[in-house]
Amino acid sequence: MNTWIERQRGLIDTTVANLRRRKARNLGLLLAYVLLVFLLASVVLFGDGMRREARLLLEEAPELVVQRLTAGRHDLMPAQWLERIADLRGVAAVEGRLWGYHHDAAVGANLTLQVPREAAPAAGRVHLGATLARLRGLAPGDVLSLRDHAGQPHAFVVEALLDSRSELVSADLVLLGEADFRAFFGIAAGLYTDAALRVVNPLETRTVAEKVLARLPATRVISREEMRRTYDAVFNWRQGLPLMVLSVLLAAFALLAWDKASGLSAEERREIGILKALGWDSGDVLAMKLWEGALLSLLAFLLGYTLAWLHVYYAGAPLFEPVLKGWSVLYPHFALAPEVDISRIVSLALLTVLPYVAATLVPVWRAATLDPDEVMRE
Amino acid sequence: MALFPARRGSGLAAWLLAGSLACLLLVLADASRMAEERARERAQGRALVARVGLTDLALFNEARYTRHLSQADQHAAFQDHPGALEHFPAGSLAGPARPSP
Repeated sequence: MNTWIERQRGLIDTTVANLRRRKARNLGLLLAYVLLVFLLASVVLFGDGMRREARLLLEEAPELVVQRLTAGRHDLMPAQWLERIADLRGVAAVEGRLWGYHHDAAVGANLTLQVPREAAPAAGRVHLGATLARLRGLAPGDVLSLRDHAGQPHAFVVEALLDSRSELVSADLVLLGEADFRAFFGIAAGLYTDAALRVVNPLETRTVAEKVLARLPATRVISREEMRRTYDAVFNWRQGLPLMVLSVLLAAFALLAWDKASGLSAEERREIGILKALGWDSGDVLAMKLWEGALLSLLAFLLGYTLAWLHVYYAGAPLFEPVLKGWSVLYPHFALAPEVDISRIVSLALLTVLPYVAATLVPVWRAATLDPDEVMRE
Repeated sequence: MALFPARRGSGLAAWLLAGSLACLLLVLADASRMAEERARERAQGRALVARVGLTDLALFNEARYTRHLSQADQHAAFQDHPGALEHFPAGSLAGPARPSP
């Protein structure tokens, strides 16, 4: 066993000496490899983090939301409909929600105005999302002036700012009282934007949704699970796009590795010839070259993955911010929570290490079977 | 005598790999502390979701139909006229709407 270990150490010594001799070229290859792993791992970690965050935040979302449809479009729901839904077996509570959009020309952004279920601000007062307050330079006690549905200015006093740790759900939020909301949008009493339902047994959510549809066919029912699945789909889709681009890079890198391993320089060929003339057999040369690939790819994976982790969880993924931000002016500050997923690490390691090792294997085998006499005569 | 003397190539390789592995393990070990801290922060967001009855993340507020993705009208992106080109980057990345059951 000791002999075997000493033999492998000898092979690694020679490999490292070879790598050091062509320092610039191998360092360049290592950097490209680290960058590739970093990009791939960043995309995977960021996508996973966003999906997890959305699922955890939306655990508190309404179990069912019922929208009224008129001619296929969303319409306001009359209070009588809420009573008809409340009658259904399995429904624990129904609340009419009041929310709407307002384009704020001052910042060029869409705001979401909503009446909270509980602890609504007093008349003439609002609670603002931290991102919006930052952008408009508002603090508690300041006045937020918005033009209502009739074009008349409405002045609201900022009563409080929503906790900045909730920005991911509250960036553009303006919470106000029901009377203010109705006056601002010109919505008559007895009409709601949609209805939020609580069900008695969460396992029966789907059955309750079917009952609502049977009683009120002109509605669209959205379950909490669907809300959460929407974000799963969004981030899968978002993750898929960069991964598709990066898979091309991965293939290009494998091609580069193949080219590097197969296009042995005259110097390398002579080296192999001399080693074989000194008594090395093909297995030794093959092992030496495999160690070279393994050392490079392992080092690149460890460095690339660590950098990706730091980028996503410590630096807040600045590389992805422009992609997510799009044209939105009110972009929230948020931090993702890490989760160590061994299966993810292993699959990423296989995805990045295997193509490199596979691409170098055949050319290395060809190099290992070179005839020393022929090579040294070249 | 050191187990992996750095003057030998294998020693250098072992030190490099061990150093990189240690860095990775260090950041992974910090994950649980960080996750706890973020869970405390998230509690504020969850409380707001429950208090207001929110249904969506406030990530894409550039257009009405991308602000509440789970509530959006399925034809919202084409509301201006049929075949209208998508205006916003978020819409192009958000994926096609799936029919509700």
